Amino acid sequence: MSQTPHTRTRQFDTLLVANRGEIACRVMRTARAMGLRTVAVYSDADASARHVREADEAVRLGPAAARDSYLKVEAVVEAAKRTGAGAIHPGYGFLSENGGFVEALDQAGIVFVGPPASAIAAMGDKSAAKARMADAGVPLVPGYHGNDQDDALLKTEADKIGYPVLLKASAGGGGKGMRVVESGADFQAALDGCRRESQAAFGDTRMLIEKYLTQPRHVEVQVFCDSHGNGVYLFERDCSVQRRHQKVLEEAPAPGMTAELRREMGDAAVRAAKEIGYVGAGTVEFLLDADGSFFFMEMNTRLQVEHPVTEMITGQDLVEWQLRVAMGEALPCTQDELTITGHSFEARLYAEDPDQDFLPATGLLTQFAMDLEGAGLDPARVRLDSGVETGDAVSMHYDPMLAKLIVHGDDRDQALATLNRALAALDVQGVVTNRAFLQRLATHPAFKACDLDTRFIERNEATLFAPKQYSIEAYAGAALVGLNQLARECESDSPWDRHDGFRLNAPHSIRIALCDPAHVQDSEDADTVVVVDGTRHSGEALWTLTIRGETLTASLQPLAGDAVAVTLNGHRRRLQARRDGNVVVMVDPRGETRLFWRRIDAIDHGHHEAESTLTAPMHGTVVALLVEPGQRVEKGMPLMVMEAMKMEHTMTAPADGHVENFHFQGGDTVGQGDVLLEFAADE
Amino acid sequence: MSILNTQINPRSDVFQANEASMRHEVMKLRELTAAISQGGGEKARTRHESRGKLFVRDRIDNLLDEGSPFLEFSALAAHETYDSPIPAAGVVTGIGRVSGVECVIVANDATVKGGTYFPMTVKKHIRAQEIARKHRLPCIYLVDSGGAHLPSQDEVFPDRDHFGRIFYNQATLSAEGIPQIAVVMGSCTAGGAYVPAMADESIIVKQQGTIFLGGPPLVKAATGESISAEDLGGADVHCKVSGVADHYAENDAHALQLARGCISRLNWQKRGQLKMQAPKPPRLDPAEIYGIVGTDLKKPYDVREVIARIVDDSDFDEFKRYYGDTLVTGFAHIHGYPVGIVANNGVLFSESAVKGAHFIELCAQRKIPLVFLQNITGFMVGSKYEHEGIAKHGAKLVTAVACAKVPKFTVLIGGSFGAGNYGMCGRAYDPNLLFMWPNARISVMGGEQAAGVLAQVKRDQHEREGREWSAEDEEAFKAPTRDQYEHQGHPYYASARLWDDGVIDPLQTRDVLGLSLAAAMNAEVQETKFGVFRM
Repeated sequence: MSQTPHTRTRQFDTLLVANRGEIACRVMRTARAMGLRTVAVYSDADASARHVREADEAVRLGPAAARDSYLKVEAVVEAAKRTGAGAIHPGYGFLSENGGFVEALDQAGIVFVGPPASAIAAMGDKSAAKARMADAGVPLVPGYHGNDQDDALLKTEADKIGYPVLLKASAGGGGKGMRVVESGADFQAALDGCRRESQAAFGDTRMLIEKYLTQPRHVEVQVFCDSHGNGVYLFERDCSVQRRHQKVLEEAPAPGMTAELRREMGDAAVRAAKEIGYVGAGTVEFLLDADGSFFFMEMNTRLQVEHPVTEMITGQDLVEWQLRVAMGEALPCTQDELTITGHSFEARLYAEDPDQDFLPATGLLTQFAMDLEGAGLDPARVRLDSGVETGDAVSMHYDPMLAKLIVHGDDRDQALATLNRALAALDVQGVVTNRAFLQRLATHPAFKACDLDTRFIERNEATLFAPKQYSIEAYAGAALVGLNQLARECESDSPWDRHDGFRLNAPHSIRIALCDPAHVQDSEDADTVVVVDGTRHSGEALWTLTIRGETLTASLQPLAGDAVAVTLNGHRRRLQARRDGNVVVMVDPRGETRLFWRRIDAIDHGHHEAESTLTAPMHGTVVALLVEPGQRVEKGMPLMVMEAMKMEHTMTAPADGHVENFHFQGGDTVGQGDVLLEFAADE
Repeated sequence: MSILNTQINPRSDVFQANEASMRHEVMKLRELTAAISQGGGEKARTRHESRGKLFVRDRIDNLLDEGSPFLEFSALAAHETYDSPIPAAGVVTGIGRVSGVECVIVANDATVKGGTYFPMTVKKHIRAQEIARKHRLPCIYLVDSGGAHLPSQDEVFPDRDHFGRIFYNQATLSAEGIPQIAVVMGSCTAGGAYVPAMADESIIVKQQGTIFLGGPPLVKAATGESISAEDLGGADVHCKVSGVADHYAENDAHALQLARGCISRLNWQKRGQLKMQAPKPPRLDPAEIYGIVGTDLKKPYDVREVIARIVDDSDFDEFKRYYGDTLVTGFAHIHGYPVGIVANNGVLFSESAVKGAHFIELCAQRKIPLVFLQNITGFMVGSKYEHEGIAKHGAKLVTAVACAKVPKFTVLIGGSFGAGNYGMCGRAYDPNLLFMWPNARISVMGGEQAAGVLAQVKRDQHEREGREWSAEDEEAFKAPTRDQYEHQGHPYYASARLWDDGVIDPLQTRDVLGLSLAAAMNAEVQETKFGVFRM
């Protein structure tokens, strides 16, 4: 090997990070540690975002929309020139796999921390990439990667491959412009949708089709190459737990991986990288079938979101590697020097509501914290890569990922236990997140048993999204937590603010009704509404609660911050508790409980609004109107498509009937709750 | 900081006996309170429920904020007063939190004689309004009443503090900016119709609430017109036609929800300003009050032992500790609120009376609320005391108590006899609230003393007439007086007649005072102007 570790062929002392959010913060952390000056760039929406606050300098790129800011090549190059940045790290997404950007940097004499434009181009066009990989002897999934994009031809090719097939934007990535087509009947609609998304995301409508494996695991190999012809792999990551092709939980190493297969896949990955003259960090994604055969999917020519799990098991800093390679140094390690220690998981925290089809959420983070000490967690084993802090706003403009929780353990079981404990300690308020969903995933028996494939979430839908069954203990805890929160929220020390149900010459008395947040409008005597009656004598701490005919004793002790200890029938549990509006939220390592705290008379009796309007579920843009006003439609038929958070949302007819009129046209921006259209149902 | 120490031995026989006797009284009180809370009996309750109506206490629970305390007044009103039981005098009153605001709630219990107004019902309703005025608390009337109890018309209609006073109060309370909210959840007949009509805002429940000056039978008799109650004065009539009611409720629960909404829109602000401390529980266990006090009024104890179990952190800064020591005065906090405490520790002498007057002047000057812990047999008698002018010294105390405009709270923790009652802010001295412990007794003098005085007069008469009066005869003469005083001095007898605002468990005294103080802070603390002190 021709390693020359300390020779730098390219020098720079200032690094511009052309990204935002957690990855910008993460890259700058290493850059600072290496003695580099850091420059952030920002859109108007991010003027006071965390990555801007943490950078030494920051330059405005433009308005909030990514195409006007983070995707604007000239603006980024100009920012680098203004600040004297000798190099640009692109992070992931945005310009990270944009060959034009790399060329612009080359012309400007700025170092791009990443592969050469030619390598990006080679892998950027997925169809061409596959052909080239086939030549290099990397195994491929059967599919159509041709240039002829005629609808009918594509349909014929799909029929030939056999359903289900995967339809994918040639220029795509990150799950955008990608759909599974279960049958020929769905093909055209899926194709139209993919093209729209692809056009919006990448400005390109070309599609490729692949055989859709039914029990595949997503196993990817981290590779690294320097400009001296060296290449290594830093082992694999299993990213099988996905929804809508968006990764949710990742781990390294992949469960059940043999040394032999690891070497085989690693060698194939390095071969793929070398084939295209790769330099820097890259990821070669494979589908791994149950029989151990694996197929090349694509190569991501950038640092992956989930790179930290690799860092955790190898003890290497991949950003540091990237920067050294960019400076012209040789790789810090040879293949033989790389080893795996323990096991690591990463959970992606998204601002989205899993119970509402993962609808992205926006808002103000009133709390974003993790109490490692209180949860008894070892800071060396838990890492929170976050782009936000308490007080930050989550806007509609960008990817809804807020942070990544990364843990390390001696083995998979230990790492998983730590993950669960850490997820419970994560206190996020003000914005709906998938935190509880991540807990349900990570505590799922099938996940613990490594029963993994890329359709894990779909397969386990019944248990992951099970209708909530709450125990008597959950209601008891929620009642006391709710009262405690009421008392806490009061500003005065008035005894009226203690919410202790004082009664004269009688036991204190409380009566609280609780229900699942999904049943807020149910009448007070519905089965879904549970009434907690409590009594306790003056001067005593112990309540006697009666819930659904069962009696138990209960007390609550406030601990530091949001933590409380709830003791039920002598069984004391520590949990994080708070009120989120009218919802009492209780979190412990076994999961999250959300119960709506309602008055006995909670129903708005006077409210009889007819369901004749469709409102925007979130901020976004109207993409297309699919029917004409007055046109007869059946229930469930799509009426309108809007795009938000880079995902499409289709408004469907609530009943048979017709649209009276649309309030917006294609391209209009709509706010959450805006009435999109008026619908008249048939009599 | 002066933390009180205790000399009590909870293992002593005396303590144990005291504790058992007081506990017995408290248990009796709780049982009686529980029985009264059931209202007008099983039959009436079944009938009430079958109409889809909530019971009065459930209505109040649903009206209150979750977990809100409810400081009920005079649950024992009308107890053993009339020929048949009228539990709680057929109306539940008290202070509770509604939409974050302390409100006075007056709620008829239709299971008790159809919610009609007996003399004690009227007195209790008016007393609740007085409390609202004094504390500046919004009033919520949950109306479900057939109006005046007709057979008792001479005791409920004509006089100043009879039925008409309720509406006079509504008008004048409203004039003082104290909101009046009526929720019509049943009948509001004749005079009762003025409760919603006089209210600032009124709510009526469909198919349940009716408001009319004359009900269908009266209309039929007077004009021959035949009409149903609903068509005559139901929710539809009053919300859509007459405008007598403002809000239309689907049912009881909805009506209470609307009432909560009304309160939430009051733009209510407390006006009282006290320099608060963070509340701390007493260092000494309040439960020991039972064993300290007991039920035998003749057994003395140091009242500081009681104070130490009521005030924050058992911290009591005493004023004039070594002067006039049969009256204990000093500053403390209860639930964080500063208070001046005036407590008896024996018979009142001239020095203690003057000391009390001085202390009350201090509190009035500083606008600190006063708490009187009353356990007093009276002022000292005898030539020495009369000659030193105990009457004028006592008058100073009475003047100070009468004129002090700071919130005053009185708890009868033992005897309340004679002029001691005046000097210690008895009912006539208009304390914001007055409560009794179950061991307390109240009368113009002790039964034994009264019997003794009467016997002395009788003996003098016998002696003038030169007749013998045997000890047995004298004893037989004294017994009925003693019995009468014991009977009429009993807290239940007193509370039944609204001489107080309720009999309370000594253990709850601290909370009752804290809730009362907090409620009183809705009103501004007034400047005091004292009358002439006889020097």
